[in-house]
Amino acid sequence: MTHSLPPHRPDTVYFFGTCLIDLFYPQAGLAGMELLRRAGLRVVFPPAQTCCGQPARNNGYMDEARAIALRQMEAFPQDWPIVVPSGSCAGMMRVHYPQLFAGRPEAPQVGAFAARVYELTWFLVHVLDLKLEDKGEPVTVTWHGSCSAQREMGVVDEPKRLLRSLTNVTLVENPRETECCGFGGTFSVKQPEVSAAMVSDKVAALESTGARHVVSGDCGCLMNITGAAAKARRDLTGSHIAEFLWERSHGRP
Amino acid sequence: MDAHNSAGQTHGINSAHKPRGDFTARAPAALANPTLRANFRRAMDGLMTKRAAQFADRDAWTALRARGAAARANALARLPELLERLEDRCTANGIRVHWAETAAEANAIVLAILREAGATRVIKGKSMVSEEIGLNHHLEAHGVTAVESDLGEYIIQLAGEAPSHIVMPCIHKNKAEIAQLFAENIPGQPYTEDVDSLTAAARRALRQRFAAAEAGISGVNFAVAETGTLVLIENEGNGRLSTTLPPLHIAVTGIEKVVERLDDVPPLLALLPRSATGQAITTYVNMISGPRKPDEKDGPREVHLVLYDGGRSRVYDDAELRDTLRCIRCGACMNHCPVYARVGGHTYRFVYPGPIGKILSPQLEGLDCAGDQPFASSLCGACSEVCPVQIPLADILVRLRQEAVRPSATPAVKGGGSQAGLAADLGWAGWRLVYGHPALYALVSRLLARLGNLIPASVPMLRQWTRFRTKPRFAARTLHELAARGGFDRE
Amino acid sequence: MSDARARILARLRAARPSIPPARPDWAPPAIPPAERLARFTAMLEAVHAEVHAVPAAAWPAHLAPLLAAKGVRTVLAAPATWAGKALAADWPSRPDAPHLVAYDQPVEALKDRLVAGIDAAVTTTLGGIAETGSLVLWPTPDEPRLMSLLPPIHVALVDEAAITDTLAGLVAAANWAAAMPTNALLISGPSKTADIEQTLAYGVHGPKELVVLVLTR
Repeated sequence: MTHSLPPHRPDTVYFFGTCLIDLFYPQAGLAGMELLRRAGLRVVFPPAQTCCGQPARNNGYMDEARAIALRQMEAFPQDWPIVVPSGSCAGMMRVHYPQLFAGRPEAPQVGAFAARVYELTWFLVHVLDLKLEDKGEPVTVTWHGSCSAQREMGVVDEPKRLLRSLTNVTLVENPRETECCGFGGTFSVKQPEVSAAMVSDKVAALESTGARHVVSGDCGCLMNITGAAAKARRDLTGSHIAEFLWERSHGRP
Repeated sequence: MDAHNSAGQTHGINSAHKPRGDFTARAPAALANPTLRANFRRAMDGLMTKRAAQFADRDAWTALRARGAAARANALARLPELLERLEDRCTANGIRVHWAETAAEANAIVLAILREAGATRVIKGKSMVSEEIGLNHHLEAHGVTAVESDLGEYIIQLAGEAPSHIVMPCIHKNKAEIAQLFAENIPGQPYTEDVDSLTAAARRALRQRFAAAEAGISGVNFAVAETGTLVLIENEGNGRLSTTLPPLHIAVTGIEKVVERLDDVPPLLALLPRSATGQAITTYVNMISGPRKPDEKDGPREVHLVLYDGGRSRVYDDAELRDTLRCIRCGACMNHCPVYARVGGHTYRFVYPGPIGKILSPQLEGLDCAGDQPFASSLCGACSEVCPVQIPLADILVRLRQEAVRPSATPAVKGGGSQAGLAADLGWAGWRLVYGHPALYALVSRLLARLGNLIPASVPMLRQWTRFRTKPRFAARTLHELAARGGFDRE
Repeated sequence: MSDARARILARLRAARPSIPPARPDWAPPAIPPAERLARFTAMLEAVHAEVHAVPAAAWPAHLAPLLAAKGVRTVLAAPATWAGKALAADWPSRPDAPHLVAYDQPVEALKDRLVAGIDAAVTTTLGGIAETGSLVLWPTPDEPRLMSLLPPIHVALVDEAAITDTLAGLVAAANWAAAMPTNALLISGPSKTADIEQTLAYGVHGPKELVVLVLTR
């Protein structure tokens, strides 16, 4: 699944903050909204938004997932693009909402809603053609792409293009970029040992790049990777790409 | 019991009544074994690299994969008709066709064929279906010696183990272990870790078995309905020997292996070995369309084909789950699975491990038997991405989770509801309540922002999380609050 | 077990049918005739086969010293084929040529010898497939199946003009579906295994060496 461009450059976009960002990484969400606003867009944040419903869907609770999906659709009534600072939540809304409602009366409106969902970095690159001025000190970073961003949203190169466009940022490639970090939502606590083995290997792969900072587009992965690195007392920090881009180009929001 | 449940109460000798839903409990032991971890990691890395090199041209891969998937989907869409046509053509070619609903029936059919021929010494080519039905065990119990001839299968047969990978059955073993096994079991064989020498020892030992065998048993990769042809692929030549040298050949296959036309075979052949091992093609592609003809000098005088259901017709019953049956057993899903690469095949305790096993085994043997296995995936989707016949493995896994917690009204999967529980139901009801009511969510989220960090790390989910990671910190203000302060529009 | 048959088919028929999808257009990359031999050779050599281009009229003379150098003393041949006849005509007069053994009886009469007593076999082929470096064999009453399988060395003769580009093209052009033989084979290299620590080893069950003579005109 990949995006298709909206018919014209929108004046107004919705921002779907995601439940994880809402509680744990609000600065990343705010940075994403500021990036869009500085690009000249009116950014609307409907307060009725909560969660995309993916946790329920991934655990097999489809009725619950559908109920929450419908509430989100109600919260975003206008025909504006919905920008999501997460490949995982964007994938849920873009790819899995239509599956959840296949053959149901809501299917047409769900399909129309899903088609308006964009992953943030894809939107910045392809719709806004965002240009950033790097005001930060020289730094070396590596990139972690989430599984959903890569495989559901087709977002692979976009975030790296943004990072490479920053003149003082050196991006080093992660040799195991396509491999899952072991987060997987409830997987991380239902299969704690397997998940731990995966994230331990992920931290080692990230460290092998020589970078001491990892940038990602998904806060679930970040929470997992930086949490595991910190627990193991590794010298590796991380940030969400929106926050990273915003800080490099404008300072803290 | 509804009609569905009449199909295959027992699939496989060690299955049905033995719950094997202990993946979570078994995983730590595998993870703590550095040799096993290293063996699998190295092997899977190599296989992934080789496969990627074969499909470097993305457009060619996309077109080929679409053709291969269409061949399989087409065959499934017309499965009953094609099975009848396959039977007709095979029969016309002189191949005798048998049908078995259960493992017990399949085993009985094979044994009856062997008895009629007076055969007590059998040589086997690699066949996952024969593992599935526990054929060797059944034959041994009835006085028939069945020797595996694929080198990997031979090794694990000597060791008394089960395959840990569907293509490379002894991938979990290193050469020191194999050297020891051969020194103990092959007369005159000294301990050596030289791979050529080990291979030569197996050749010598098995040559005699081939020569003495009164029957050969094999699997089937593709059964072509149009021509009544059994296509078998392999690298070693043991498959050809098993199906050529003994006077009797019995092929055992799942009913889903049929393809309609011979021209479906080239695209599938272009997908299978490249996906499996990164080879352009296997050394041997063996197309069998009948027993030895009167004027021919070799080949078996009798060829039998056993079509085995074993729960497949039940899988077939559900339009979404049916895609599981497209599988051509390449193993690419397990080669690319981050969970399989770390725990290895034996942790699954089913004949089919890894992602395809995680969707197939619960359907064949029951969700109750599979326990937590459908949940033992991060849903990363690497399997779906590399599957050469476009099986949506991750989506089917989610569907099976659904059947495990909230079974469909007409049970789509045997043992549905096995993971249902009041605690989980209440938890999700609470989740739905909070996330389905924005005002309540606003209250709860603001409370968590103020007080969440006081939650002790000992609460159930956090306890597992913080064993390997630091405790996540709630931010002082939610994004909802920051967005309002930041002057962003609400509508 | 016809009950099983009826029940299986009934269950399959009771399931909600899915619509058979159309097969999308697909053709493997065509390989122009001028490039086929090079590709065929490269693919075979990449899997440990030996390929020699030799004049069609002189292949027995080329083969005799080649096999002698490998220590081959006995060669299984099919006396009724053109290849068997060429060997029978050429080799007896050569002091360095291996001894010919005829596969002219049913396997049961020759089994012990075939299984363990012959160094090499020479077979014809229907041709080759450049894309994958494959030999195409349809064994016949005159040239049985086990020739290409039991001896440690398999020598295969391929007419250069019979090297086609792809299997898909060959199956369609030659209309294989109309009449399949008892056994059709593709052989792409010597017998091999990687079952022990993914280390390649050759000759685990079939021939350890595959020698391909491409007959040029």
